[in-house]
Amino acid sequence: MIERGGSNAGRFAPPAILGPLIALAVLLAFNAAFTTGFANLEMRDGRLYGAIVDILKNGSPVMLLSIGLTCVIALGGIDLSVGSVMALSAAAAAKLITEHDQPFAVAMLAGLCVGLACGLLNGVAVRWGRVAPIVATLVMLLGARGIAQVLTGGQKVPFENAAFASLAQGTLLFLPAPLWVVAGVASLAAIALRRATIGWQLQAAGVNARAAAYSGLPIGRITLVAYGFAGLCAAIAGMIAAADISEADVANAGLYMELDAILAVVIGGTLLTGGRAQVLGSLVGAVFMQTLTVSLLMRGVQAEHTLLIKGAAVLGVCLLRSPPLWAWLRGLFAGALAKRERAA
Amino acid sequence: MINLRAHLPQLAGLAAFALLFIAAAARYSGQNFLSAGAIVNLLADQAVLGVIAAGVTVVIISGGIDLSVGAVMGTSSILTAVLITRHGWPALPAMGATWLAGAAFGALMGATIEKSRLPAFIVTLAGMFIARGGGFLISLEPVTIDAPSHKALTAISIPIGPAEIRLGPVVLLLVVVGLLAMLRFTVLGRWVYALGGSEEACRLANVPILKVRTAIYATSGFCAALAGSLLTLYLASGNQAEGVGLELDAIAATVIGGTLLTGGAGSVLGTLVGTLVIGLIAVSVTSYEGLSAGLVRVVTGGLLLGFVVLSRFMGGRRVG
Repeated sequence: MIERGGSNAGRFAPPAILGPLIALAVLLAFNAAFTTGFANLEMRDGRLYGAIVDILKNGSPVMLLSIGLTCVIALGGIDLSVGSVMALSAAAAAKLITEHDQPFAVAMLAGLCVGLACGLLNGVAVRWGRVAPIVATLVMLLGARGIAQVLTGGQKVPFENAAFASLAQGTLLFLPAPLWVVAGVASLAAIALRRATIGWQLQAAGVNARAAAYSGLPIGRITLVAYGFAGLCAAIAGMIAAADISEADVANAGLYMELDAILAVVIGGTLLTGGRAQVLGSLVGAVFMQTLTVSLLMRGVQAEHTLLIKGAAVLGVCLLRSPPLWAWLRGLFAGALAKRERAA
Repeated sequence: MINLRAHLPQLAGLAAFALLFIAAAARYSGQNFLSAGAIVNLLADQAVLGVIAAGVTVVIISGGIDLSVGAVMGTSSILTAVLITRHGWPALPAMGATWLAGAAFGALMGATIEKSRLPAFIVTLAGMFIARGGGFLISLEPVTIDAPSHKALTAISIPIGPAEIRLGPVVLLLVVVGLLAMLRFTVLGRWVYALGGSEEACRLANVPILKVRTAIYATSGFCAALAGSLLTLYLASGNQAEGVGLELDAIAATVIGGTLLTGGAGSVLGTLVGTLVIGLIAVSVTSYEGLSAGLVRVVTGGLLLGFVVLSRFMGGRRVG
């Protein structure tokens, strides 16, 4: 793991994966104790059923987004476009099935290619266009949904395709199929980040891009891999979300989901300033987000109001991890102490 | 003493506007495009965006970014509407309270950014969601305004030649002139440019960065709230769902107007030109060509990207 030296960042920040795990455990324990039927698990027709399985299944799009985002954020970038890319790739796949009678495999491949292309475009704009990641991906955020709307005429695209639907609704080895997809993508990313050269190069470039460039690291390739992977993950997430309802909904698919994903990554211990990728932490963070959303909804909070709570949660978690804020608060505290001593 | 090279990005924006305008005037010459009414309409349609973009320009000159403006605008419109209809406030005090709320929200974000040293985009992104959620907290449904004091504001119109100017363009021009004067003639304005030029130098020079940053984001929050209350004049209602994606349009207007995203250089006047460019694109694509509104976003996004890339190779200072 690459640690940033010279600061007291480590003193107040909890160990990377422990914090999110504890938070998740507390939330789960709270729900198990106070929400009836939350802890039930039963086996029916060769598949596990229960609130926790549902949370994992419904959270799989955010988990996938957060895996891709982990790589981009570890590089010191950001990708705001993942939610829109979800909508675009799902719309492309659904259109191919409904209007061009393509088999599921072709449609899925095309959808994945669309996502990959969006990600690569982001990477090109960031690396060679020298556009700030936030702006390049903001353009993609609106552009991708705009193209999706033009593509579908702003209409929802329902489709009937058993293979496509089984991507979200199917069951494999007792568990819903999306969980296996998430597990596969997550292991790939985790292993690549820890064991492969490109993973180390990515995190090194995240710590200090200029030093990495001077050391001869292939910054262009690294940037393309990170943003391309994020786009690919978004495409997979888009397919699963569309397969779940057998419909590509360009207006609502993935809307505001980038915030959930960014929050998941931040909770998971990946530094926003880059340099430390925590794929497993991001997954835990995503499950935490989904559990939080479900518990809020189960307690009767309006869906629209959860935005407020999530926004506050993002800010809160970021602030907890901000050494300058802690230093300032310590200064205030010390100042107050000194004043009292002088008065005494 | 106008340094042409330093103003190259702004001139590019002006050139883009002139080219688009001439092209549109030629293409739609049979459809009354060049009438005074059409030009005033262009200004009126873009007043809300223009006010927001002017505030965002101040933030971007200081090297920051504000993603919350669209949400703050939507929430401000519903706040104004609710204060007028449910609490029986007259229109002007209700709007004033909304402006104060917007400025306070911005100030809080600015202070948070400075105290925590978190990236501006993450704080204002969180602010965007908090503002959106807050808007839904005020009211889940859009609120129609039906008050005489509000109608009186809507009815104001100043005849200029054959055209009539309503309140929207007047407010836009006042905001632009006000911010122009603030940036050009006040110490705060100089500090805004200095902060965008080099934050490190500002710290060493003992510039009160906390105050400056708070004022900058308060300005942007104020402008967004002002735009929200202007919006109620156009819609005769408040709607918290308005303004989705407006932050991109505001950033696009700023960048097309020649302000550098890296901070330190730019002008509110350029942003006015950038706003008109976006207005021209929107009017041409949707009204005259009859194409999808989704396409406006794609074209605007493309133009924004083009100008960002262009500014790297033109007079823009090299950074990094």
